[in-house]
Amino acid sequence: MVHNPKLSERLFDAFNYFLLAIFSILCIAPFIYVIVASFSETNTAIPSGFTLDAYYYIFTTNTFVRSLGVSAYITILGTFLSIIVTTLMAYGLSFKGVPGRRIIMLAVVFTMIFNGGMIPTYIVVRSLGMIDTYWALMLPNLVMAFYLIIMRGFFQNIPNELIESAKIDGAHDIVVLFRIVLPLSMPVIAAISLFYAVGIWNQYFGAVMYINSPEKWPVQVVLRQVIILATGNIGDESSMDADSSFVGQSVQMAVVVVSIIPILMVYPFIQKHFAKGMLLGSVKG
Amino acid sequence: MNVNAFSERYKKLNIYLLNSRFKNIWKYRWLYLFMLPGILFFIIFRYAPMWGVVMAFQNYRPHLGILGSEWVGFAHFERFFSLPDFWMLFRNTLLLAIYDLVIFFPLTIILALMLNEITREWFKRSIQTIVYIPYFLSWVVIVGITHLLLSTEGGLINEIIHYFRGETVSFLTSTDWFRPLIIMQMIWKDAGWGTIIFLAALTGVNPQLYEAAKMDGANRLRMIWHITLPAIRNIIIILMILRLGNFLDLGFEQIFLMVNSLNREVGEVFDTYVYRVGLVQGQFSYSAAVGLFKGVVGLILVLGADKIAKKSGEEGIF
Repeated sequence: MVHNPKLSERLFDAFNYFLLAIFSILCIAPFIYVIVASFSETNTAIPSGFTLDAYYYIFTTNTFVRSLGVSAYITILGTFLSIIVTTLMAYGLSFKGVPGRRIIMLAVVFTMIFNGGMIPTYIVVRSLGMIDTYWALMLPNLVMAFYLIIMRGFFQNIPNELIESAKIDGAHDIVVLFRIVLPLSMPVIAAISLFYAVGIWNQYFGAVMYINSPEKWPVQVVLRQVIILATGNIGDESSMDADSSFVGQSVQMAVVVVSIIPILMVYPFIQKHFAKGMLLGSVKG
Repeated sequence: MNVNAFSERYKKLNIYLLNSRFKNIWKYRWLYLFMLPGILFFIIFRYAPMWGVVMAFQNYRPHLGILGSEWVGFAHFERFFSLPDFWMLFRNTLLLAIYDLVIFFPLTIILALMLNEITREWFKRSIQTIVYIPYFLSWVVIVGITHLLLSTEGGLINEIIHYFRGETVSFLTSTDWFRPLIIMQMIWKDAGWGTIIFLAALTGVNPQLYEAAKMDGANRLRMIWHITLPAIRNIIIILMILRLGNFLDLGFEQIFLMVNSLNREVGEVFDTYVYRVGLVQGQFSYSAAVGLFKGVVGLILVLGADKIAKKSGEEGIF
């Protein structure tokens, strides 16, 4: 029997390319459908015509616009706080000589596999008086252990001689961090900022637990009212009773589109840093 | 040389050691200051709740606090274990976790291996860019799109089914469809992203190994089996251990959003139950006990899997 490597190779490749293409189409198709349908003139499953009515409707309603504002606010402030606290802690942990470093690392890793659970965490947040405040949406997940470890790994990869020589020249720890370490770490900082930002923008359950006033709801909670429960009226509260609780399908689609636009906007800029930033750090972590 | 002189020297040595340790700490004072906010975060939001689990052994009353509330031992646990719902929750949680491990996890590895075989850089890049995107969308959006597609009233897929078969399938409220839908959503959202760490590990494989295998007449599948897979074996095991421990937490938002009164029988898991009886009904202590049970199961799974990995000669995570 004559084995023909060329044919089998080519079959293998063709099959591989084909399957991957199918998978990526399946990944993206639902979004394309939702985007197209949000411009539809009719409220049927098959989109037809073109209109901006759905967008006009959601941008003239207070509830949705306000929830976008809330989410933007907590995302910007929360990401800023998270990245500062994480960077500083990762930097401190990246020095081998610091006494207590091992214990702190172990304590951090332990939180990755065990936590107090939903109820005790809720009690802590409540006893700090953060119920119904935006702090409850930012502080309970201020530092993610996994990101901290990735950043620490990245800092450890920076040649020690660089830091030592700066110190011999009399540079302060703060100067070393801002002038030498941070400029070299922009890829990892960009990638992790995006992860934090996406995490805060996407958080839903935190708001369900901690936020009672509807006017403080972030966008995900409003989204759920409108699409999953399909009962939500995203108009002003005053019109809540007058209007029946039906939201047209194209409005639901438009709401989804608007809520994912911020992510799709920053994604291409930061995407190129993922592999580099994530992995240089985590391999050593 | 008497005892006195000796103890004198010993004291000096002690003071010297203390001093040097203190000096060391003083030398790094700025680094400690840098770490302080982070350490405070871990103490307040990660360790304080761990201390809070003692309320699972009490009848916690908010106005009395943990120190003042009455101790009841294992009463809440006994109540939970004797509940008919216990087995339902246990089964649902475990089945979803097993699905995750035997369907989702291998799929990410296969996907990574397939991507790794692509030689055309532009094609690989484009595929990666596309399959990462869903990872960045919230569960509300993913579940929302699922609703928009599968709803029996105007959902695209049901419209198509209706066109061909004249009837609709109630995906969102049926007990048969709950688990398949959950796993499909997971694949849709996370499978692409799951490949990233494997692909990075594979960039480190020595290309000479492939050359040598080619000389020996190995075909592509054999090379994958004998070179590529062993190269990422370590990472597969580490990720598997971590996922095994986390799966009880993973997917909570997703399940919470997908479960409804009609599919509750297969959809309710420990966490959704904790939320319902704990925060909605206000039974703090009882649901803290349920949460603690879940946490302990997760911990045992990680430590157990780590032990097994080490016994079979792998590195493990600790």
